[in-house]
Amino acid sequence: MASLSPGFHGRGSRSLVERLPPGQYPTESFPVLSAGPTPHVPTDRWSFTVTGENGGSRSWTWDEMRALPQEQPVVDIHCVTRWSKFDTRWEGVSLDVLAAGVETSAGFVVAESFDGYTTNLPRADVTGGRAWLVHSFDGYPLSPDHGGPARLLIPHLYFWKSAKWVKGLRFTTEDEPGFWERAGYHDYGDPWREQRYWNDA
Amino acid sequence: MSAPTPGRGPSGGWWRARLTSREGQTTTGRTLRFDVPGWPGHRPGQHLDVRLTADDGYQAVRSYSLAAPAAGETVELGVQTAPDGEVSPYLNEILPLGAEVEVKGPLGGWFVWTPEDRGPLLLVAGGCGVVPLMAMLRARRAAGATGDPCALLCSVRAPDELWYAKELADPTGTEDVRLLYTRQAPPGGDRPAHRLAPDDLEGLPASPETRCYVCGPTGFVEHATALLQSRGHPPGSIRTERFG
Ligand SMILES: Cc1cc2nc3c(=O)[nH]c(=O)nc-3n(C[C@H](O)[C@H](O)[C@H](O)COP(=O)(O)OP(=O)(O)OC[C@H]3O[C@@H](n4cnc5c(N)ncnc54)[C@H](O)[C@@H]3O)c2cc1C
Repeated sequence: MASLSPGFHGRGSRSLVERLPPGQYPTESFPVLSAGPTPHVPTDRWSFTVTGENGGSRSWTWDEMRALPQEQPVVDIHCVTRWSKFDTRWEGVSLDVLAAGVETSAGFVVAESFDGYTTNLPRADVTGGRAWLVHSFDGYPLSPDHGGPARLLIPHLYFWKSAKWVKGLRFTTEDEPGFWERAGYHDYGDPWREQRYWNDA
Repeated sequence: MSAPTPGRGPSGGWWRARLTSREGQTTTGRTLRFDVPGWPGHRPGQHLDVRLTADDGYQAVRSYSLAAPAAGETVELGVQTAPDGEVSPYLNEILPLGAEVEVKGPLGGWFVWTPEDRGPLLLVAGGCGVVPLMAMLRARRAAGATGDPCALLCSVRAPDELWYAKELADPTGTEDVRLLYTRQAPPGGDRPAHRLAPDDLEGLPASPETRCYVCGPTGFVEHATALLQSRGHPPGSIRTERFG
């Protein structure tokens, strides 16, 4: 059988394999993936609400959120449209801090955004120090096209799980597929196992 | 929303795709047609992933929109050469006719329109963002008149960057096709070159039921969706695809 794509040599680095999940390529730019128009949410009308499966809830205004302990994660991010970006610098609040605002033993959580976007996650993936609500990127306030004023940052999953323009977390006992998860994308989305689409293992 | 499950290709979801034709569309844009045995079909607006493999096993993958409605085992792409890009210059200039790449798809279940989706249709393209919208327009033409109005706005820098020029000028088309030049307008035109402006949308469907599809580079999509919202289209009626 003739070889595939004859004459293709590729420009990508062969040495990044340890940091690059399968099927991804590294980029220096910061592409945008969104399903619709970019919402513009002023911080004085912003609030973030965590709701437990039993109905209890807790909300923070912008200033209250900024007064919580802040962290500065530096992480690699991986978009399902195939780009990865290394050493991105963010600032925000650990979701451990926010999730502690309600009583919950639920197995799942739905992140909800100002534009109606939703994405679902196991609760274990938003706790344990590996998920944040972030408001700054590279030292500057997060711009609206990248999800500002605040978005989730869950770097160990494909980036559509890091909901932009996020307004809250709702804990659920059942897994409730979100926007892209109903539109053909994988329920969990681990880039290292290449869980992009419904049929992926 | 119905299922856009990628077809089960013979090998981990990847199908072999043989290049059967390549034609110039613009100075840097090409129409590529591939023969994909087993291709399960797709809906207008969907895309596929193309995978290239070098002799040492190194692979690169990029997404490309399907430019035409499903037609057996043939898929049509419209690829714009990105200067110094890894994949697009290879597809447009180097991949020999008759040689194979791998593709996975169809992908994407949101930026989709089929002729069963009734109501006014407003398609807004920046540059090669016209590719998935062309699949919608072609599907609409093939389905025949329904009485629903349809418009296509194509924003390009200069006349030689216009995709599908002949087809868009087809006088039997019932769409309102508007060509908008941002840097250099054709001689004799009555619209000086400038970026998409509110006037360019005058007389187009504006009811809240209008289905709007916007595709192109991120800056264009941001600008166009802001304009659409300022003339009253609800955010939920506007679907976008950004080419990065
Ligand atoms: C859903 C979807 C649908 C799409 N549909 C289409 C379509 O129909 N048609 C189409 O043409 N495209 C489409 N795209 C875009 C396409 O996937 C590719 O992004 C595009 O072809 C560029 O890929 P490339 O490998 O040629 O360039 P890349 O190698 O990815 O580079 C992109 C640009 O960045 C620059 N660059 C990259 N790395 C470096 C570096 N290290 N140093 C300096 N410069 C660098 C390059 O010069 C180039 O101009 C789509 C994208 C998505 C997400």
